[in-house]
Amino acid sequence: MTDLRDLYQEVILDHSRRPRNFRELPPPSRQADGYNPLCGDRATVYVRLEGDKVSDVAFKGSGCSISTASASMMTESVKGKSRQEVERLFTRFHELVTAAPDKASENAAPELGKLAVFSGVCEFPVRVKCASLPWHTLKAALEGEAVPVSTEVSESSSGDGGGKAR
Amino acid sequence: MSTAARTRRAEGSQATLDVAALRRDFPILSQTVHGHPLVYLDNAASAQKPRPVIEAEQRVYAEFYSNIHRGVHSLSMKATDAYEAARVKAQKFLGAGSVKETILTAGTTSAINLVAQTYGRRNVGPGDEVLITGLEHHSNIVPWQMLCEEKGATLRVAPLDDQGRVVMEEYERWLSPRTKVVAVAHVSNALGTINPVRRMVELAHAAGAVVLVDGAQAAPHLAVDVKALDADFYAVSAHKIYGPSGVGVLYGKQALLEAMPPWQGGGDMILSVTFAKTTYNELPYKFEAGTPNIAGVIGFGAALDYVTAIGLDRIARHEHGLLTYATERLLEVPGLRIVGTAPEKAAVVSFVLEGAHPHDIGTILDYEGVAVRTGHHCAQPVMERYGVPATARASMALYNTTDEIDVLVKGLHKVREVFGA
Repeated sequence: MTDLRDLYQEVILDHSRRPRNFRELPPPSRQADGYNPLCGDRATVYVRLEGDKVSDVAFKGSGCSISTASASMMTESVKGKSRQEVERLFTRFHELVTAAPDKASENAAPELGKLAVFSGVCEFPVRVKCASLPWHTLKAALEGEAVPVSTEVSESSSGDGGGKAR
Repeated sequence: MSTAARTRRAEGSQATLDVAALRRDFPILSQTVHGHPLVYLDNAASAQKPRPVIEAEQRVYAEFYSNIHRGVHSLSMKATDAYEAARVKAQKFLGAGSVKETILTAGTTSAINLVAQTYGRRNVGPGDEVLITGLEHHSNIVPWQMLCEEKGATLRVAPLDDQGRVVMEEYERWLSPRTKVVAVAHVSNALGTINPVRRMVELAHAAGAVVLVDGAQAAPHLAVDVKALDADFYAVSAHKIYGPSGVGVLYGKQALLEAMPPWQGGGDMILSVTFAKTTYNELPYKFEAGTPNIAGVIGFGAALDYVTAIGLDRIARHEHGLLTYATERLLEVPGLRIVGTAPEKAAVVSFVLEGAHPHDIGTILDYEGVAVRTGHHCAQPVMERYGVPATARASMALYNTTDEIDVLVKGLHKVREVFGA
């Protein structure tokens, strides 16, 4: 039997209680809105680029512990990274949370660092969208999408129905 | 009947339900989830099915399944008889005047859309208004929004007070000669509020409007009498009354139904078809195009027999006891706030817990074997009214027990433990 503690790890609970970079960034930052209509989670992700590099990133919104912690830890992980590095990290993160549960440990790529604590999410298929919503929203902000990201609107090519706005 | 027999009968109808025996009728309830006995408290979303319903559907397919209203062969006649017998049960259950007033649909949503697209399209025009309330389910909002948009009409909303009751002064204020349709839930799915529908219908009629009552949440929990309510339309879903999903009933006053154009065209809703002209079938078939959920309707008949044999009044009393107990116990949980505290309530408790998002509550309770609904309950405007993104909701049925409420409360303490609340 899966242990609830696999999902609700201390680090995740800590970030959900005290989210980091929980603020708005003034213009000229880019921003995008993400929404999960199934549970009412909302996130706005702000990102500032210097050249190709994420110089600052922050978020606001309301959501469950998984989406809040995911957003918080995402902001810590992507700061200072290039767009390409962010893209790659998202791919690794996505593989982690959508893995077959018995493959979870293999999927914890070293570059994920602290984000590996989300490996428990793959045992809770209905919570995958909670973890991936902030990432989809960040991606939309980087791509300058004007349409809010919804977990239910467009089909995600990556298989979690996480709904990147295209 | 002798006095003694009358007394015995009265006592019998007063007696509490033998819930342990009733639970044995529901095979799904005896399982464990994550190593704990299942505690199913998501009945407002959909109720579980007793053996007579499961067996009735099975019997249709094993013994006499065939299409209805068509064949002269034996199976078709048997299937037609069983199907039409279920319609009569639905008619009696709602107190409709005849089977002509008892349209079988795919559910409440389908019934409401039927009325919006037929009565609504014919009678609502530019500048007219449709009045709903702040506690409606999306299925009693969106069909009217679509209609208003198409016709240049305006959707008005009677607001809620802090307890979850419709503010009747505001409701009255919105009623005017422009109001063509009033659409109101009998019982709120998100808050549990029982609306004063009889009074609302009376006021709407005085203003010249027709009234559709969304009875999806009411029919499983209180005895419905559409004539006593004087509702013009009343919609219910079978799956909330322990019957199959994909089946429902639209009651409508015969004169209104006669005057309405058909909705969907197809087989079974016609008397004759030529390429020049089609003559529509009589009520209720005029509104029943295509092959319906035959086994589902027959299963619904079995569900109505089941609840009728127990008695809606006894079910309502049992559930009221659960509601009172659940309300008391839940309020003992520190940081818990109940959303929807109307004095007249069905057995639904929506709540939020400080420091824990409903989605997390749902996951942790599931690990204790407890099934509750978390989210906006297809009533986003209700969530907005009470300033919450979502709630957790425990909704009770005839087979629930106070012990199960205790398990729920224990689970919520576990939630608090995980979140250090």
